[in-house]
Amino acid sequence: MIFGIPIQAFAGQLLVGLINGSFYAMLSLGLAIIFGLLRVINFAHGAQYMLGAFIAYLILAFGGIGYWPALIVAPVLVGLFGIVVERLALSRLYDVDPLYGLLFTFGLALVIEGVFRYYYGVSGNPYPVPPALTGAVNLGFMFLPIYRGWVVIASLIVCIAAWLLIEKTKFGSYLRAATENPKLVQAFGVNVPLLLTLTYGLGAALAGLAGVLAAPVYQVSPLMGSNLIIVVFAVVVIGGMGSILGAIVTGYMLGVAEGLTKVFYPEASNIVVFVIMAIVLLMRPAGLFGRDA
Amino acid sequence: MSRAAIETTAEKPVALRIETILLGLALVGLLAAPFFIYPIFLMKMMCFALFACAFNLLLGYTGLLSFGHAAFFGGAAYFTAHAVKVWGLPPEIGILVGVLGAAVLGLVIGFLAIRRQGIYFAMITLALSQMFFFFCVQAPFTGGEDGIQGVPRGTLLGGLIDLHNEHNMYYFVLVVFLLGVVAIWRIVNSPYGMILRSIRENENRAISLGYSVQNYKLGAFVMSAALAGLAGGLKALVFQFATLTDVTWQMSGEVILMTLLGGIGTLIGPIVGAGIVVTLQNALATSEFPVTIATGLIFMICVLIFRRGIVGEIYAYIDRRKSAGN
Repeated sequence: MIFGIPIQAFAGQLLVGLINGSFYAMLSLGLAIIFGLLRVINFAHGAQYMLGAFIAYLILAFGGIGYWPALIVAPVLVGLFGIVVERLALSRLYDVDPLYGLLFTFGLALVIEGVFRYYYGVSGNPYPVPPALTGAVNLGFMFLPIYRGWVVIASLIVCIAAWLLIEKTKFGSYLRAATENPKLVQAFGVNVPLLLTLTYGLGAALAGLAGVLAAPVYQVSPLMGSNLIIVVFAVVVIGGMGSILGAIVTGYMLGVAEGLTKVFYPEASNIVVFVIMAIVLLMRPAGLFGRDA
Repeated sequence: MSRAAIETTAEKPVALRIETILLGLALVGLLAAPFFIYPIFLMKMMCFALFACAFNLLLGYTGLLSFGHAAFFGGAAYFTAHAVKVWGLPPEIGILVGVLGAAVLGLVIGFLAIRRQGIYFAMITLALSQMFFFFCVQAPFTGGEDGIQGVPRGTLLGGLIDLHNEHNMYYFVLVVFLLGVVAIWRIVNSPYGMILRSIRENENRAISLGYSVQNYKLGAFVMSAALAGLAGGLKALVFQFATLTDVTWQMSGEVILMTLLGGIGTLIGPIVGAGIVVTLQNALATSEFPVTIATGLIFMICVLIFRRGIVGEIYAYIDRRKSAGN
């Protein structure tokens, strides 16, 4: 017993929180990468996450292609979709107010969701857990479904890989330099427009990958992204978009905070992230890891 | 990287003259309209037009993009519906309750949101309005998924005018709508409104001139919220219900679309935009084509090739003609 709560319930909600946090972390990471370079808040991030889950669902239903190939196929397709969007539309909006980028991607999200709602309705479609990850292990104090453990580990791997890509590789150093001063980097002969395109594609692919990971946990439904993206926005406000690591840490922290609220005060569990955001805005307006006021 | 601010055309004198003429014509049309067109449809249009005008006060004249205005619109609808149905207050007092409630809500949300600028402001207002949405889902007085149904319209001026008569209701809505638009026009063209515009154009310069920018922003936010509440309270009386639909983020998006389509920062743009969007929704409601897809497409087209909106583009065209003629 912890504070009068059975340890199974406590650990169970903690795990749910950690899983939600995994998705907050992956999505806010993508948002932060895109925002850092493009100065665009990608409202379509939730729709791209949903797209990833749906691609996994559809290639299984119609092509018999399973979970593991989907982990590659879906992000690549969503990434390519992102590249097309950036080339055709977003690239035309870099010299106007950043709010237009938000409004454009909002419209895009409505269209994508509208199309899937039209064909698949609003009810969820179950996606099976891959055979290798079914079952549960007994941890002594609780049963851990293997797939849920895998989601937490996989998201950690994704976040660390993205962090290494940005901090330790040539591509990452260009990206960071272009974030600081795009004109100077362009003058050094780096193709900045291409970098912008690839960055948006990468961010979209991350969202798509998160979608595939989410498919067996939550149901695959056209609205799965829009409900999540607003919470992720709050996460991003709390963390501040100045740092990649900040986005990741804040994502996990808030997922856990949400899980714990579910244990102690369930009524407030879906607003706790927003309450924390309000408190952070009062105490530290730039966000926990933010550099810009 | 320097970026152009939000594109507006409101300041031109030629724009003002056209607006006055068009408003005169529109007024005559509105007075006669309920005899030719279904009054509920017109009233719905006026509620949304007032909502969009209130929103435009913030985006068009202060440069703040709120992504959470549904909280004030839908919140006021709940407050008014509750005041009229449960407390038994007359409709004019009920609407006042809605307006005050929306203003208080605007004070709280605005106080938090103005701590950040630009894109963060939009995200914070969105998140806080979503929090209010969850509150409305769970709070006992809103009736959860069912909403507040069967709201009586009551009688105005202590029983003098019965609002259950469709034409009486229509002219009441028309009067409130016009008062709201005139109030916005007065605010925009007052010294206070000039300071708001200076904040939109160059916030740092407004600060260096000694204006307490944060107070002005908060003031504009609360006024915009209160006027959005006026529209929401009115809508609750027109349709005689208040539901969750009006507090969703989709509704916040809708009012942005109306303003963007009509013309950000123009007085009649949001009215035109609201008229088109409401008409379109009515037309699509009977067809197979999903409204969200249409809404999204209009958003994308507006942002890509049509940023000044319909009214803004017309002004820009007239301006070009004039300068070419000189």
